[in-house]
Amino acid sequence: MKKSTKTSVIDDLVNTINTTYSDYVKSLTPRTKLIDTFLLYLLALGILQFIYVLLVGNFPFNAFLGGFISCVGQFVLVVNLRLQYNAENFKIFNSTPERALGDFIFASLILHFIVYHFIN
Amino acid sequence: MTSTTKLKVLGINIETIKLLLQVIIFISIAGASISSRLFSVIRFESIIHEFDPWFNFRATKYLVNHSFYDFLNWFDDRTWYPLGRVTGGTLYPGLMVTSGVIWHTLRDWFGLPIDIRNICVLLAPAFSGLTAIFTYFLTTEMKDSNAGLLAAIFMGIAPGYISRSVAGSYDNEAIAITLLMATFYFWIKSMKIGSVFYGTLTALFYFYMVSAWGGYVFITNLIPLHVFVLLLMGRYNHKLYTAYNTWYAIGTLASMQIPFVGFLPIRSNDHMAALGVFGLIQLVAFGDYIKSRIPEKQFKTFLTVSMILIAGLGIGGLIGLTALGWIAPWTGRFYSLWDTSYAKIHIPIIASVSEHQPTAWPAFFFDTSMLIWLFPVGVYLCFQDLKDEHLFVIIYGVLCSYFAGVMVRLMLTLTPIICVSAAIAISKLFDVYLDLSEFWHSSSSTRTKLFTGLSKLLVLSSFTYYLFFFVYHCTWVTSNAYSSPSVVLASKNPDGSPAIIDDYREAYYWLRMNTAEDAKVMSWWDYGYQIGGMADRTTLVDNNTWNNTHIATVGKAMCSSEEVAYDILKQHDVDYVLIIFGGVIGFSGDDINKFLWMIRISEGIWPDEIHERDYFTERGEYRVDGQAPKAMQESLMYKMSYYRFHELFMGRDAVDRVRNQQIPIQNAPELSVLDEVFTSTNWIVRIYKVKDADNLGRDLKKASAFGKNSKKTRIAKKPKIDLRE
Repeated sequence: MKKSTKTSVIDDLVNTINTTYSDYVKSLTPRTKLIDTFLLYLLALGILQFIYVLLVGNFPFNAFLGGFISCVGQFVLVVNLRLQYNAENFKIFNSTPERALGDFIFASLILHFIVYHFIN
Repeated sequence: MTSTTKLKVLGINIETIKLLLQVIIFISIAGASISSRLFSVIRFESIIHEFDPWFNFRATKYLVNHSFYDFLNWFDDRTWYPLGRVTGGTLYPGLMVTSGVIWHTLRDWFGLPIDIRNICVLLAPAFSGLTAIFTYFLTTEMKDSNAGLLAAIFMGIAPGYISRSVAGSYDNEAIAITLLMATFYFWIKSMKIGSVFYGTLTALFYFYMVSAWGGYVFITNLIPLHVFVLLLMGRYNHKLYTAYNTWYAIGTLASMQIPFVGFLPIRSNDHMAALGVFGLIQLVAFGDYIKSRIPEKQFKTFLTVSMILIAGLGIGGLIGLTALGWIAPWTGRFYSLWDTSYAKIHIPIIASVSEHQPTAWPAFFFDTSMLIWLFPVGVYLCFQDLKDEHLFVIIYGVLCSYFAGVMVRLMLTLTPIICVSAAIAISKLFDVYLDLSEFWHSSSSTRTKLFTGLSKLLVLSSFTYYLFFFVYHCTWVTSNAYSSPSVVLASKNPDGSPAIIDDYREAYYWLRMNTAEDAKVMSWWDYGYQIGGMADRTTLVDNNTWNNTHIATVGKAMCSSEEVAYDILKQHDVDYVLIIFGGVIGFSGDDINKFLWMIRISEGIWPDEIHERDYFTERGEYRVDGQAPKAMQESLMYKMSYYRFHELFMGRDAVDRVRNQQIPIQNAPELSVLDEVFTSTNWIVRIYKVKDADNLGRDLKKASAFGKNSKKTRIAKKPKIDLRE
């Protein structure tokens, strides 16, 4: 009996992932595709830096943190932008894509200014 | 309270009138909050108060006399002799930079060369006006602008906040509370509308707060807690995600720019809650996305599996990293928040600070008057509509009530939320009782009208009375309890006329004028900042208390016998020893009353040389009279305090007016390793010079016994008081 529940759980999980993925692919527009590629890029960059630190050591710790956090920060900012671009969410945020882009640029500028200050 | 129809009074739009009235009210509130903080300036003078402000003042002077980079790289060799202190890297520069910027702006742009001291003295009152305005905005987000105005005036004059922001109390809290309210306002705003812009502003004000006060950790934990509770209640939405992530990403990065904070945000446990919630909200957002795509049952399995995985990983990771030493464990102040006796047992240095003591119950009423009983009503009303932002008030209120009960100084962070929720309560009451529309519209009988009218009148008049009483109470408390600079003491002559006791400045001025510029002065750490600020002499320990061993060394010198103490004094190149003695005029905050802490702190480092028990009598009493134990009578502190004390009593038994004990004439202490060089008018400050080793190689006890027959030489030179800087 235990085995059967286990397999059903795994089945469920696989099912979940499949439906979500297909749904996701269906909902893509050129714009969100671009954003998502950028997100993936940031993710890869962050992971690369992390691996580098594990292999080589974190000597200029400032620089690593600056680089890593700029990836993470930019990532969440882009996710915010993407959420606000999503047509379903217009009503929640009560704002326009232009406004979202403006906010995004403002926040990113500040983020990168601090990062530059941080890495010396 | 917006009306759709455009009403006009005297031909002017009613909205315009409302705006005008609001502006006038704001100006009056700012005026009230600034002027009620000026008691001390009017009664005494424009002077920096207490202890810590003297350091801030000294640092500010350094900042305006040198460049900003010099300030950040400042190594101060005039404190903590012989260690020195990396001052630039161990302070919160926000306060000094703020006044430095104001000073430069006024001088360079407006051509107003204002003394930096006056800017420092008046900074706190000026910022209190801003606090009132931010409190208005915050409360407006909670209810409406009526409640906002009430909260602003409460905040402006509540003694709990005034206690740390009177003119002259130039401390980090002076601007930190303003920034606290600003950060919270922008947080609520960004959370409500999900704006990246406001989230960024929250982060920027958070950064300013981090640069100004160590209490920023409160924000670092409160906002994540708010988010966490919202997540638990299933109130996740994309706005919350946007606001929190923007704040956390930018705010954390920004906070690491302050040298004193450094890498703490990723290393210390105090900051881990924020990181954890950051991770959690990503997962919740992801889960939310998946939930919208798949059927419920599948989602449940998905949820359980991922929950177990994440919880295991998170807790294991935290414990593992702490054990490996990657994350610093919680600090002593943090533990003492949960276990009130923790500090007393483990870190006497924290417990010895009076503002770390638990709060006495009357203090709550004293500091907030009627607001304290309106506070629960406001919290209850928040429960009634329980929107996301009301939850914030509730969490803040509950947490801070606890913290304020544990530590006196945290009364300061409780006061804003008391003001906000009390304002919500009162404005709700006024909304109901000031609503007179039924008198014109309703068709009820005259009798009912009369009774409702009467009851309304009764409630309104009693609350108007309470409000008047509140203002009266606040003014009274401010003027009587919180407006003393503590550097200058006020007292009364026997005939009732006011007298000013200015012993501190007298003594510090004597030090400044009569000692070598590089003289080292030893005193208990409380007076370190003042000696550095006013006398400009090198000190061994000061209020920064970063090195417990060094403080314990000073404590040991104070509480051991002359011979032992002399070695310590010589090892540390001490030239002068300064003590505070209140026995003559009955000033209770003197060193003999703090003596037990010196003993406890040095016992912590030298448990086999110093024993607290030795300083109590057989019956466990703390006495300084004839029954005082031997260790007590032989301690350097006792001897310095009562040296020549009997001369005031013409050879009879001396009476210590603080402890109300008689010191018999045969107990009059003799000093052989120190020379008395200065004693202030009311004997509050006594300064001793450390003798050099004897020329003939005798020990100092013999030498002074020999020299006793010759005539006494005491320098009785007093400084000219009118030549003050």
